[in-house]
Parts: sequence; structure tokens; C-alpha cells
Amino acid sequence: MSIDALQAGAAAPAQVLVPCSHCGLDVPRGLVDESRERQFCCTGCETAFGILHTHGLAAYYGFAERREGPVRGSGRSYEEFDHPAFAELYVKSLPGGRARTELYLEGIHCASCVWLVERVPLLQSGVLRSELDVRRALAVVEWDPSAVSLSAVARTLDALGYPPHPFRGVARADMRRREDRAMLVRIGIAGAIAINVMLTSLALYAGEVNGMEARFEQFFRWMTFAITVPAFIWPGRVFFSGAWAALRTRTLHMDLPIAIALAAGLVRGAINTITGTGPIYFDGLALLIFALLVGRFLQQRGQRLATDSAELLHAIAPDTARIVEQDRLREVPASALLPGMILDVRAGESFAADGVLLDGRTTVNAALLTGESRPTRVETGGNVYAGTLNVEAPVRVRVEQAGEQSRIARLLQQVEQSAARRAPIVLTANRLAGVFTAVVLVAAAAIFVVKSQLNLPHALDDAIALLIVTCPCALALATPLAITVAVGRAAGNGMLIKGGDALELLAKPGILVLDKTGTLTEGRTTLVTWHGPDWVRELVLSLEAGSSHPLADGFRRAWPEVAVHPVQHAEHVVGGGLTGVVNGHRVHVGSPRFVQQTTQGAASPHAMHWPELAPTLTPVHVAVDGVLVAVAGLGDKVRSDALPSLQRLRASGWRTLMLSGDSPDVATAVGQSLGFDASEVTGGASPEDKLRVVEQLKTEGTVVMVGDGVNDAAAIAAAHVGVGVHGGAEACLSTADVYLTQPGLTALVGLHEGARNTLRVIRRNIALSIGYNLVGASLAMAGILSPLIAAVLMPLSSITVVLGSWYGHSFPRRGTSRGTSRVTPAAHTPAAAQSQPVPQS
Amino acid sequence: MSVLFLVLPLALLVVAGAILAFVWSARSGQFDDLDTPAMRVLGDDPPTRPPE
Repeated sequence: MSIDALQAGAAAPAQVLVPCSHCGLDVPRGLVDESRERQFCCTGCETAFGILHTHGLAAYYGFAERREGPVRGSGRSYEEFDHPAFAELYVKSLPGGRARTELYLEGIHCASCVWLVERVPLLQSGVLRSELDVRRALAVVEWDPSAVSLSAVARTLDALGYPPHPFRGVARADMRRREDRAMLVRIGIAGAIAINVMLTSLALYAGEVNGMEARFEQFFRWMTFAITVPAFIWPGRVFFSGAWAALRTRTLHMDLPIAIALAAGLVRGAINTITGTGPIYFDGLALLIFALLVGRFLQQRGQRLATDSAELLHAIAPDTARIVEQDRLREVPASALLPGMILDVRAGESFAADGVLLDGRTTVNAALLTGESRPTRVETGGNVYAGTLNVEAPVRVRVEQAGEQSRIARLLQQVEQSAARRAPIVLTANRLAGVFTAVVLVAAAAIFVVKSQLNLPHALDDAIALLIVTCPCALALATPLAITVAVGRAAGNGMLIKGGDALELLAKPGILVLDKTGTLTEGRTTLVTWHGPDWVRELVLSLEAGSSHPLADGFRRAWPEVAVHPVQHAEHVVGGGLTGVVNGHRVHVGSPRFVQQTTQGAASPHAMHWPELAPTLTPVHVAVDGVLVAVAGLGDKVRSDALPSLQRLRASGWRTLMLSGDSPDVATAVGQSLGFDASEVTGGASPEDKLRVVEQLKTEGTVVMVGDGVNDAAAIAAAHVGVGVHGGAEACLSTADVYLTQPGLTALVGLHEGARNTLRVIRRNIALSIGYNLVGASLAMAGILSPLIAAVLMPLSSITVVLGSWYGHSFPRRGTSRGTSRVTPAAHTPAAAQSQPVPQS
Repeated sequence: MSVLFLVLPLALLVVAGAILAFVWSARSGQFDDLDTPAMRVLGDDPPTRPPE
């Protein structure tokens, strides 16, 4: 066939794209099989479809909201799930010979996932129960070990597109669940009591205005007393134990004035009930307990989010490895690896330990560890590190350091240390509460002493009234409530914020440190320039179709609609490129040096007009029948919204810096295109360098670190605020204070503006509640604060704060935004992040 | 109005019952996961044909 005929073939009309029968995405043209009724985009989808149909579970396709994206099972054997060591760590034996474990599932998404995962007992005999917690992506599986092995269950889940991981925090989760239930019970009881006390008090207030028979008044006072006491004994007890702990450690804690006010109010109220004269404070006290518990619950929930994802930290390095033992391969848990063992690592797998390459050579993608976007060549005797990806060729590796000793593990230890160092910010808030406490206590004591010295009436009553009315009820609600509302709205806008302190720090412009790969750029190899005729594309793509190399990925993504032809005599030259015969033509695709060997300088006449490639790009040359016909440049493309977002942030006062692990020339070139000064760009920074730079900058102001890789994780944890971007590595996400679920930097601008608005709402809330407290306190000191006014003032201040937080302008409100926050765990796993767009509706 | 002496304690008994029911439901884990059960009921719909 001549080249002309080939060109004619390529010009044929493009076929209509067919949706995949399982996931609904377009099937690549090369995979469409006209002879079959159904078409699949990948074997993963085909397997899943087959499983569902043979077990009569086709109802899955009736769900309106299904996971979009192909099934990406890992195809692993999950052999290690049957290992006795695994059972000891994660499996619980139940009576009747059953066993139970909890598994983290990747790719959990929506209602259809719940439906499917909970029908695993129908798919796999021997599985007795399978229950999914969709928010945490955690499945409880019960099975009969004599009928089925756990690895078989894991393979079934994997085939459906939910690769399982062992859940390491069972003990902690149990403890937390107990805590949560106890908290809920306390709030529920306190609420029920508060409402009933208010109702009976209402009768008393009405009686004060309209008159009331003495026997009824006496009865109602006793009833209120009787209802209030349980609120002190059960839900209110936490304040007394908190105050007692504060006393023992000689610190001032918010609980101390609360406990004193509660105790004083209760005792005084009880005395007044028995003597039948004077105010009883029970309605105010019951409401106080309820409101304070709610405030505390909101605060606790915010802190929870932060620790929740720390569990994912361990999921970076693969948890299994294949070792070579007397020429036999055996799969073992990664924790069982010891120095000196020989690992077998296939192309496309991650290394499970640090080691030395024994034979052959390969390229390694260390982007996760170093941020280098281009894979680096490793020759025999070279070092490879746990967590990095073996791209090109199967290799054997001798383990040097495993587990806690590996480079990535030591990096993660630094992350944990940095996270722990951040605590002082939280302490500042507590110190402020301590000051407030001291002021209130001194004021109450002063009133009592002064008034009793001057022999004024109601000295004790006024002191108690002051304690109660200044109780930081609205003040305690002001900040957590505003933050909870803002965090919820931010989640609807694709920003998951884990702590309130992050919001506070983001509100004021500071120093913004940005990672390059994956943050400013797309973080994957993309075809950026192509010089050559269109008909060559088919030939290139045919060769690249079977390759797992990132460059091949770049071609496939760039030309999804180009047809693929069968290749004869295909050959892969490690470190060079690919060659093969397509449609009768000998095609070479690869590095300039590799292609040069066949062309010997022969090039198409157009070649002289091709401009030189940008230095940031990896050149790929294409030769057909010994003639150079095309040159492609592949590289990491800068995100389209990066420049406008950076300009807006700079305009609002942020100082922007770029900190990249990529080579300095690539970093400088990208930095220039985004308007960074040469002094603002640092290339070739190791994770340790990044941490050091961030630590240095912290002396100059608030440092916000934005990144996506493990190489950024230590810096992200060390910075005042760490921001993880879409699709990032789990270690980075779990240490980040803020995680952006949408790609790009636009969300960063929204984050700053939303944080600024939230802080405004918080300040307004605090001003309002302090205002109420001041009015109340001055009335109490003047001795004109009747219990009725106190009872009105207290809920009024809380309600103002609630309304102020709810209607306050923080982040833009989005219709039904709960879906986004709901799928957090799924969005955290890289596979899910790639395959599923997070729904916005 | 003396009926109040009887009715008010009775009403409080009802409240005590409600509180006990709440404590029981919270302790038996009915409030642990508020999202999944809402999705679980969707599964009982009659099966539909897969899209062609």
C-alpha cells in the first residue's frame, strides 16, 4: 500500500461512538466489535457486566446515578488476605465459625454502589453479610471461612471495580463510635429536658403576670426542680468533670465558670424552691446545658474530619510484594519484607521497599516522591524507592530498607511530626477562653463582696445571675457554628476544609507556595506539539496502543478517535522506543537517538520548517520506512486557569512562590509562563528541601502550601495551612487542611474569598454575643436582672448567632450540595479521582 | 384545675418513655450512619432493563 492510499484510509468518515454497556463511556474505536451485541470500553467493564448478568443483578443498570468511568480493578490475587498474620491483625472471629472484617473500598460513589456491594452474598457463596457505610467507604463483611476464603471475596469486590484495602483503625473507630453515641444521648436528653423545663416555666411566668394560686405555683416550682436535676446528673456531668480536671491541672478552662454557674444556680434555685421565695433559675440552666453540648458537638465534628483521613496515610506504598524464593514467586504482605530479599516487580507496579536494581534497566516514575514529572532511567545497581512506580520493564530488586526504614516511611514520620507541631494555634483559642473565665469569676466575686459589704439586698442572687447570664453560651456557639456552616457550603463548592483554623488563616493574604507538577500543571503527560502529517497518527497510535508508558498514554488521550491497526514484529527497546510493522510499513517511534539509528539522517522535506521544541517537552520522533516524518513534543501542560487565578490572588495581596521537585530548567520555563519572577521559582527541590523552605518562610508570615504529591506532604503539614489539590496522593490529602475536589486553581481563589467572608461572619457573631453578655452583665450588676429577662436574653442571643451564621455570606450557596461531601472517601483514592467526576447535583 | 397534679406527672412519664426510646435507639447504633440506609431502600425497586 502506498502512503497515498494510507492517507485516503485515514480520511474515511469517523464512526459514531458507541457507549460502553457497563459504564456508559464511549468505547474506543479500536475495541468496537461489530459482531457482538454489546460493546465494552475495557475488560474490567466486560467482567463486571458478566458477573452481574449471570447472577441476575441487572437491576444495577436501572439506577439513574451510577458510577461513571470504567471498572478499574487491580486484578490482584489478594493472596495475602488469607495469610495468618493478616487474620490476626484485621479479622474478628464470631460465634458459629463466622469471621468478620472491615474493608476500605476504592471507588465508592453513590446509591448504586451500596446496592451492588450489599449484594456480594448473592455473588459469592459463603459470604453471609456485606454492609456498606457509604460516607466512609467502609464495608463490613461477614463470611464463613470454611466455605470461602477472604481473598476470593476480595477478588469479587475487585472485579466489580471496588479494590478493597484492609481497614487498620478498627479499635479506634469502635472507641469513636461509642463516644459519638454517648454525645448524641447527652444532647438528646438535655434537649428534651430543656424544652420541658421551659414549658413548665412558661406557666410560672404567666402566673407572675396574671396571678396564680399559691398551691399551683409551689407545685410547678417543685416540678421544674424535679425535671432539671436529671439534666445535671446525666448530660451536665461532663462540665463538672471537665472543671474538676481543670482544677487538678491548675489551668483555666471554659468548663470552670460553666460548672460554677451551674452549681451556684442549682443550689440557689433549690434553696429558693424549698423556702418558696425568690427566683429559680432552672429554665436558664437546662437551656444552658443543652446549648453548650450542641456547641461542643459541632466543634468536635470539625476536628474529626481532620483525623479521619489520616488513616489513608498508609495506603501509599503497596501492601503486598512478590518475593523470589528458590526460583518461585510468592506474594507476601509488605510488612513481612526484610533487607536482602529479592523482589519481583512488573512494569506498571509500585516498589514495595527501597532497594537496588539487580538486573536489567527500567524507567521509574518518582513523581509521588520527588515531583519529577518525567520518568527517570535506572540502570543495574541503581536505587529505587518504595512507593515509586516501575514504568517500563519487569525487574528484580534486592531490598535494602523496608517498612519503617524506607525513605517514604521516614518522610511520613516527618509529616506526622509536623502535624503535631501545629497544635499551638489551637492552644491560643483555649488561652483566650481562660482569660474570659478569669474576668467573669472575678466580676461575680466582686459583686458579691461589694454588695454584701454595703449591705445591699440580693448580693448572692445578683452574683449568680451574673454568672448565668454571662455564661459563654452564644459565645461558645459563635465560632463553631459559623465555621460549620461555612465548611458545609465550601464542600458544596468542591473545597473540603478540615479545620476552622485554616479558614481563619486563609482570610488574610500571606505567602502562597505552589508545587508545580499536578498543581500548576495537569500532572500527566500530554501531547503538546505535533509536527507531521495526519496519516502518521494511526501508525503511531497502533504501536503505542499496547504500551503502559506515560508517553503512550499521552498519545492515546490526544487522539481518542484515531483508528488502531494490528502490529507485526512489535519490539520494545527499553530506554529507546517502539518499533513494528503496521500496514506493511516499518515504523519507529521513540527518542531522537533511537530513531536516528534507522533514519541515518533521512528526513521528510517538511522537517526543516518544524520549529524547535520547547525545552520543557520530551521529544518523540517518528520514522516510517527509515524516513523521519514527524516530531512530537510531550510534556506536562500548564492548567488553563492557573494564570488568571494566580493574577487574582496576587492582586489581593498574596506573595506567590513556586517550589518544584522538577529539574530547574523545566521549573523556570513554567514559572516564566505564569508570571513568576526568577527569584520566586525553586527547581530541583527534594521533599526535605521543600520542608526547609516552608519552615524558613514561616518566620516571614502565614505560609499556605499547595501541592498534590507525597513529596509535598511534609511541607503541607509544616505550613500554616496545607492545601491538597484534586487527584493528589493520599499522604498529601490526609495532612492537608483543605482538599480541593475540583481540578485547577480557581477553587483557591474562592477559598480565600470565602474564608475572608466567613471570618467576617465570625467577628459579627462574637460582637453580637459579647454585646448581649455586656447588657446582661450590667443589668445583673445593677441588680435589675429578673429571671424573666435572663430567660429571654439567653435564648435570644443564641438564636441571633444561629441566624447570623446561617444567613451570613460566607461561601456561595449551591443547591443540593451534599453529594460532594458525601463521597469524600471515594474522592480521596487516586483511582476514583481519575475515573469519577464528583457530581455537583 | 387540680387535674394538673395528675396530668403533669403523667406527661413527664411520657417524656421519660420517649427519652428511654431515644437512648435505646442511639445505643443500638441507629444514628451511626445516616446516609447509607436512605440509599439502601432504593434497591427494592423492581428490576429494569439494562440500557441497550
